[in-house]
Amino acid sequence: MDLSTSHFVALLPLLVLSATIVVVMLAIAWRRHHSLTFMLSVIGLNLALLSIIPALRVAPLEVTPLLLVDRFACFYMALILVATLACLTLAHAYLGESGRSGYPGNREEFYLLMLLAAAGGLVLVSAQHLAGLFIGLELLSVPTYGLVAYAFFNRRSLEAGIKYMVLSAAGSAFPLFGMALLYAGSGTLGFVGVGATLESATGTSPLIQIGMGMLLVGLAFKLSLVPFHLWTPDVYEGAPAPVTAFLATASKVAVFAALLRLFQLAPAGTNPWLHDLLALIAIASILIGNLLALLQSNLKRLLGYSSIAHFGYLLVALVASRGLAVEAVGVYLLTYVLTSLGAFGVITLMSTPYSGRDADALYEYRGLFWRRPYLTAVLTVMMLSLAGIPLTAGFIGKFYLVAVGVEARLWWLIGALVLGSAIGLFYYLRVMVTLFLLEPNLRRHDAPFNWGQRAGGIMLLAIAVLAFFLGVYPQPLLDLARQAGIAALG
Amino acid sequence: MENEPEMILPWLILIPFIGGLLCWQAERFSLTLPRWLALATMALVLLLGLWLWSQGEFHLAPTPGSEQVWELEFKYPWIQRFGINLHLALDGLSLLMILLTGLLGVLSVLCSWKEIQKHVGFFHLNLMWILGGVIGVFLALDLFLFFFFWEMMLVPMYFLIALWGHSAEDGRSSRINAATKFFIFTQASGLVMLVAILGLVFVNFNETGVLTFDYSLLLQANLAPGTEYLLMLGFFVAFAVKLPVVPVHSWLPDAHAQAPTAGSVDLAGILLKTAAYGLLRFAVPLFPNASAEFAPIAMWLGLLGIVYGALLAFAQTDIKRLVAYTSVSHMGFVLIGIYSGNPLALQGVVVQMVAHGLSAAALFILCGQLYERLHTRDMRQMGGLWGRLNYLPGVMLFFSAASLGLPGTGNFIGEFLILLGSFQVVPLIAVLATGGLVLASIYSLIVMQRAFYGPAHDETTLAGLNGRELTMMFSLIGLLVLLGLYPQPLLDTSAASMHGVQQWLGAAFSQLVSTW
Repeated sequence: MDLSTSHFVALLPLLVLSATIVVVMLAIAWRRHHSLTFMLSVIGLNLALLSIIPALRVAPLEVTPLLLVDRFACFYMALILVATLACLTLAHAYLGESGRSGYPGNREEFYLLMLLAAAGGLVLVSAQHLAGLFIGLELLSVPTYGLVAYAFFNRRSLEAGIKYMVLSAAGSAFPLFGMALLYAGSGTLGFVGVGATLESATGTSPLIQIGMGMLLVGLAFKLSLVPFHLWTPDVYEGAPAPVTAFLATASKVAVFAALLRLFQLAPAGTNPWLHDLLALIAIASILIGNLLALLQSNLKRLLGYSSIAHFGYLLVALVASRGLAVEAVGVYLLTYVLTSLGAFGVITLMSTPYSGRDADALYEYRGLFWRRPYLTAVLTVMMLSLAGIPLTAGFIGKFYLVAVGVEARLWWLIGALVLGSAIGLFYYLRVMVTLFLLEPNLRRHDAPFNWGQRAGGIMLLAIAVLAFFLGVYPQPLLDLARQAGIAALG
Repeated sequence: MENEPEMILPWLILIPFIGGLLCWQAERFSLTLPRWLALATMALVLLLGLWLWSQGEFHLAPTPGSEQVWELEFKYPWIQRFGINLHLALDGLSLLMILLTGLLGVLSVLCSWKEIQKHVGFFHLNLMWILGGVIGVFLALDLFLFFFFWEMMLVPMYFLIALWGHSAEDGRSSRINAATKFFIFTQASGLVMLVAILGLVFVNFNETGVLTFDYSLLLQANLAPGTEYLLMLGFFVAFAVKLPVVPVHSWLPDAHAQAPTAGSVDLAGILLKTAAYGLLRFAVPLFPNASAEFAPIAMWLGLLGIVYGALLAFAQTDIKRLVAYTSVSHMGFVLIGIYSGNPLALQGVVVQMVAHGLSAAALFILCGQLYERLHTRDMRQMGGLWGRLNYLPGVMLFFSAASLGLPGTGNFIGEFLILLGSFQVVPLIAVLATGGLVLASIYSLIVMQRAFYGPAHDETTLAGLNGRELTMMFSLIGLLVLLGLYPQPLLDTSAASMHGVQQWLGAAFSQLVSTW
């Protein structure tokens, strides 16, 4: 296959990001400097973000059989890059200033690892071939092991890192085996080819079905869907807060986008067995995620369980897979990323600068409103948005999912969604009201006094305002998501 | 700015929201400034409502089979992707509800003047936002917008109960649990309504190819009988929880008992009315045939509510819980009135809604005033208060009498019209519901007996009602008596709206009869 200029233009976001990684790596080798590394990473990410515009001009374009850069890929690339940018900004505050309080070890590699993981995400969202999917998945996961264990002198972080690595490696083995089976059954690894086989007579052969099933298991692991969710709370709790934010946003978005493309091009709906399996996973994730979150007293664990439930909600759109589904996933993922970044951002700023452990116990947030009103306002908006209450972006996302479910007449899933939301309210409200309770004596974990001036604080306020704005006037968001359709190239 | 009368509709909603934000910030300057700002905000809403009342004729209201016309209408595109508009409209029914909201808004600011001493600004922010959301519910004519306001007003109400509420002395039922229970009940049932709304929209979309949430367009949707019934149930569940109808009422006494006075006033006076309004505006006109089919069940549920609410009210020792249960009982009448489909009964429903709004608000304010003086709501610790308090026992006697439906008060007109009207349709239920009036006199008089007569626990004289409290009480007494003696202006205002509802149900009833 010939590579022309337009192919390079289409790949530009990935190329710019890769170049940034090399530059950052060389810069670290040349001289360790926290702020310099941060600035280089931010500049690189912004350039990558800008380079999506020329990439959109040539989209949709197939770049090698592995990757397809279309509007869908561009939308999710932008989402991942923005999420990474936000996580880096949070991390900069979290790791602390050089020479003073903050993270005691080497800070610079943090940025390198996160950029690498983001590159994996970019590959993943544009993959149209199982090999591309696997490369992306691994490129996304392997740096994350390092990130989770980045605070390695904290036992919990190290434990979480090792746990994530072992389970994630096992989780990666499943799709690999599934791909082998699919290849054996269909003779191709492209999504479209697999889809054609699924629809043909050989699609019902056990080889293909088990292959698809194993692929689903692997991706479900990354998305922490029930019953592959066991790692989530521990890893969320153990990982440093900015890393948790990254895991909850960029990492999951990339995997879900890849899953969505796979299921759109190789429809699982034609296969009743897989369809039922997905529906079952969705219901289990919604109910179990919400139920387990009920009694958590650790905010990170709570958000971890709630993310299990949220991806259960998202599966409703995946099961429907027709009509509004792709659009709904776009809207929901964007609102979810916004909300999660806000919530984990508040935790990060509360734990800033790094001081051994994160401020993630719920009691540390008691009466926060009377001490840090703006930070509390952000977290309140985020909790309301996660619960899907009007005036917040989360409501629009939930509205979309219910619309998709009703359109596709998935009454069982809708029932689970309604029930799950009702259960979910309980713990979101619990967190919210904790923030407002009067607690005069507790002043242990405070965000730095000038948090509002810091980049992280301003960004959080912007996120909260955006979440509110999109909840009141969602039209631009809906237009954007509507544009981000999957190109059906042969 | 265009000087057109329909611009007043978005302003009616915006004024409380903006006022609330001002109150919040005003706390920086002084503790009383938020109170005055809130008072001015609600007075402005009330005055705008009164001005609208004086201007309009209110002959225009939605009726079946014709182009929908309104007294005032405002439409602005919002989310084009789904055909959602900021569509607001006003007819007689919504105007009356807005007047009630404005009036009770003023009262709830006044009654918290002394009670709320911490975080005054934030309190009034929540209060104003509840009222803004409620006005939005009464004006919204786009189903999405309606749902939006319906859910939105829960959040400030939650804060109001959770942050400024009272926890029971035994610590068993805290205000946070009550607030959470309230929120989960109403939010979950609201989601069921959202599913029903979307079901209706997509049925309409499959048929006409137009994706819209607009009330007047959805009124013309053709629904298969089974679908219609299911969708109607989805709406009914949400309204039944909020009304409340008996099997799903359990949030109400808790929420009332723990809420601050202003919260109880809004909850009983206005929030419960949003459910009745929703039934009249949405559930019945959108699904007339299913509603007619469902009517007997709804009326029996209403009867159950009357009796059950009255019996439980009688058994309470907490005076606020008692008043809360009487609301359950009174709302049973409303439910019977709505589903009887009789024009008299429907007019009675409107009077009952307004009268109950006033009398329940007054009773809750009185409970709040008692609590401020005695620091208990337990009637076992009261007794003999008649001699120790100025004015309050007499005022309480008046409102207890109003609550039991004494002729001369608005409550009598409401209940009488409902019973008279429904007797022509369902004599058995009407006769049994009349028995509820007897129960009402028992629980109303038992309050007087337990709290104000009998041996006194203490001989010290308690502070009587001051000027602010007396003004509130006497204006409510005046209005309630006026409503009882001369309800005609009210009936004229709502006549067209109720006529429309009656036609929808009447046609469906006759169709139902002809199929038997």
